[in-house]
Amino acid sequence: MVEKFDAIVIGAGPSGNAATYTLAKAGLNVLQLERGEYPGAKNVQGGIMYAAELERIIPDFREDCPTERHIIEQRIWLLGDDSYIGTNYRSDAFNTDKPNRYTIIRANIDKWWGEKIREAGALQICETTVTELIRNESGRVIGVRTDRVGGEIHADVVIMADGVNALLAKRGGLQKEVAPENVALAVKEIMFIDPAMIEQRFGLKDEEGVVIEIMGKVTKGMVGTAFLYTNKESLTIGIGCLISDFKSGDCTPYKMLEDLKKHPVIAPLIEGAEMKEYAAHMIPEGGYKAVPQLFGDGWMVVGDAAHFNNAAHREGSNLAMASGRMAAETVIEMKKAGKAMSAANLATYKAKLDDSFIMKDLKKYRNLPGIMHENKQFFGAYPDLLNAAAHNLFTVDSVDKKTKENEIMKSFVKKRSPFGLVGDAFKLMRAFR
Amino acid sequence: MHIVVCIKQVPDSAQIRIHPVTNTIMRQGVPAIINPYDLFSLEEALRIRDQTGARVTVLCMGPPMAEQALRKALSLGATDAVLLTDRKFAGSDTLATSFALVSAINKLSAEEPVDMVFCGKQTVDGDTAQVGPGISTRLGLQQLTYIEKVESVDLEKREITVHRRSEGGVQVLKTSLPCMITMLENTNTMRFGTMDDMFRAARYKLNLWSKDDTNCDETKVGLKGSPTVVSKVFVPKPRAEKSKFIEGDTPEAQAQAAIDTIFGAQPKLAEDLMSAR
Ligand SMILES: Cc1cc2nc3c(=O)[nH]c(=O)nc-3n(C[C@H](O)[C@H](O)[C@H](O)COP(=O)(O)OP(=O)(O)OC[C@H]3O[C@@H](n4cnc5c(N)ncnc54)[C@H](O)[C@@H]3O)c2cc1C
Ligand SMILES: Cc1cc2nc3c(=O)[nH]c(=O)nc-3n(C[C@H](O)[C@H](O)[C@H](O)COP(=O)(O)OP(=O)(O)OC[C@H]3O[C@@H](n4cnc5c(N)ncnc54)[C@H](O)[C@@H]3O)c2cc1C
Repeated sequence: MVEKFDAIVIGAGPSGNAATYTLAKAGLNVLQLERGEYPGAKNVQGGIMYAAELERIIPDFREDCPTERHIIEQRIWLLGDDSYIGTNYRSDAFNTDKPNRYTIIRANIDKWWGEKIREAGALQICETTVTELIRNESGRVIGVRTDRVGGEIHADVVIMADGVNALLAKRGGLQKEVAPENVALAVKEIMFIDPAMIEQRFGLKDEEGVVIEIMGKVTKGMVGTAFLYTNKESLTIGIGCLISDFKSGDCTPYKMLEDLKKHPVIAPLIEGAEMKEYAAHMIPEGGYKAVPQLFGDGWMVVGDAAHFNNAAHREGSNLAMASGRMAAETVIEMKKAGKAMSAANLATYKAKLDDSFIMKDLKKYRNLPGIMHENKQFFGAYPDLLNAAAHNLFTVDSVDKKTKENEIMKSFVKKRSPFGLVGDAFKLMRAFR
Repeated sequence: MHIVVCIKQVPDSAQIRIHPVTNTIMRQGVPAIINPYDLFSLEEALRIRDQTGARVTVLCMGPPMAEQALRKALSLGATDAVLLTDRKFAGSDTLATSFALVSAINKLSAEEPVDMVFCGKQTVDGDTAQVGPGISTRLGLQQLTYIEKVESVDLEKREITVHRRSEGGVQVLKTSLPCMITMLENTNTMRFGTMDDMFRAARYKLNLWSKDDTNCDETKVGLKGSPTVVSKVFVPKPRAEKSKFIEGDTPEAQAQAAIDTIFGAQPKLAEDLMSAR
């Protein structure tokens, strides 16, 4: 006999977890399918977790959620060949009862979610890959097929939370192939280190943490960013660039990460740390213009699979959780009103998204991916120029300041021309507005 | 027919690391798995089930988190699962572990007589290979260790025929039920459970048995019932000895050079051997 559920959620990442949990809490009969051996087995995140969205779904999450450190300091670094110039913001006001940002290790968080989901009454089944969507004669999605014998399962609605590849939507003809300039490939390592060393090197105590977001020469002019995060007893270091750039460039992601680790301003921070885990994963970075169709008869798509990612602010998991929640709320509303899970009714999901920070932010930065892609000077020339300028300014060598300023100005004009400089300023404004 | 498969939850030893600073074993973040050797036993039991319709009960003694191991076994096709869990079992050595498992097997036998007990050859954390024989001795079961294959089970005659690997060959053994079997590794391939198995495993209401549920003698389990004393745990230091190349023009000269080198390093051995001659 084919089992039937109110809803099937595919994937146990933040988007699928938020959807499953919300549905189960509302008393719906929900099945979550995950291909990994356990939730989190396959998942990769930097990662910073933003508390607000999780708190909205599980208000008392802080009681047992296995977070690493709450963030009290944010550094943004532009790397030169052997230097960085950047900004820091640190505040004791971040030491509150309810911090807003935490470093996390995804595998731990996903497992914790799994328990919450089972407690809430949902059925979570791992080690099971959904191979296709099942549709009826009229094209309505009525369930899924898995890779197991007897794998046909039915549901009123299927929520696809299967991550950046979104293979199910693609296989089902609901999404097009993603262009290589719309996805980044990131590699990262978790490195073990004595907590006392972390605290000493970064000036931290207890569960305080630091994040460093990095841009510049190490991406070899490719569009990309890097990061270094402090966990409880490990550091996470990673770097990512657009797939299209990796394709045409001659540097592999792994080599790039090695270079980052050897960079003279990074090396002392990770010295003595031992690599524990290496991971690579894609990030959807096409922004607003790459968002696919989000709902249809009997289906919705959430999280990375829907291309919900804000590359400018390195946000992904919060958009994933919020969209998962909104999809679930849509199902709950329809169920209550006794309405069918038709495309017309599920359009409510899109309306919720449009009305939220997800679509508003994606829209705000809609020009960013294109502009960054076409203007590599932001990743190569400028970090170089700014570092050189700082070096010049902070070298006291009896050259008068006016001459120094002129030299700096000249170096900028030589590299970018006055026209280029003004143009770049406008482009940046457009990208961030 | 009723088959009990004993499984132990162990840390995935492939992922255990030694902390670079404190030199202690880091269990944090190391996933717990079913002892890999036990899966060969489970699969063999399931094959007998496929032929005979036997009931396959998986039994595990461990902390509450060992529930995962049992659910996993259910998702692979086991019929029932029992978790033997009680603080009073903590610290059990192999003697006490087999005693506790035996009391649970007795309770299972009262439900439906147990014809076969399967164990892994050994575990990847304790590595003693003593628990299986400990069970069979206490229960008076025929003991079949290092089995490659269960050839046939005759329910009428209550006989079993197995292939047992031994030094220099394979023994074909026939004996009577009930028996205890430990399977050798790489003798079969674990199946991929069906969707129904997955649903059943996710919904199964696990049987949690405490010491009192199994009526077992408190003085024979846990630390109290464990004569084993762990005097020290240490990380062996990597040996810094260099390898030596033994040279010689003829095989005889090479042999002589080898003996000279060994005796040179172990004069006591040279003395003992020479005087024995
Ligand atoms: C290196 C890196 C750093 C990042 N850093 C941050 C950060 O600091 N902060 C932040 O907020 N975000 C960050 N992100 C982004 C964030 O990780 C993602 O946005 C988020 O994980 C998306 O969640 P999701 O649930 O949509 O998808 P995923 O987390 O990818 O989950 C999808 C799940 O579906 C499962 N699945 C896939 N296909 C199937 C199938 N056919 N059947 C069954 N299951 C299936 C997968 O196994 C997986 O568990 C980072 C990403 C990367 C790669
Ligand atoms: C030197 C040493 C010191 C130890 N110190 C301690 C200690 O201080 N505290 C402590 O708690 N433990 C300790 N142990 C662990 C404990 O003694 C053993 O793990 C336990 O008794 C089982 O032995 P084993 O792992 O060698 O199993 P083996 O005899 O190698 O296992 C054979 C088979 O028996 C079955 N089996 C074994 N254990 C179980 C189980 N729990 N549930 C179901 N089936 C099982 C499985 O089928 C397994 O494949 C120690 C072990 C050793 C060797």
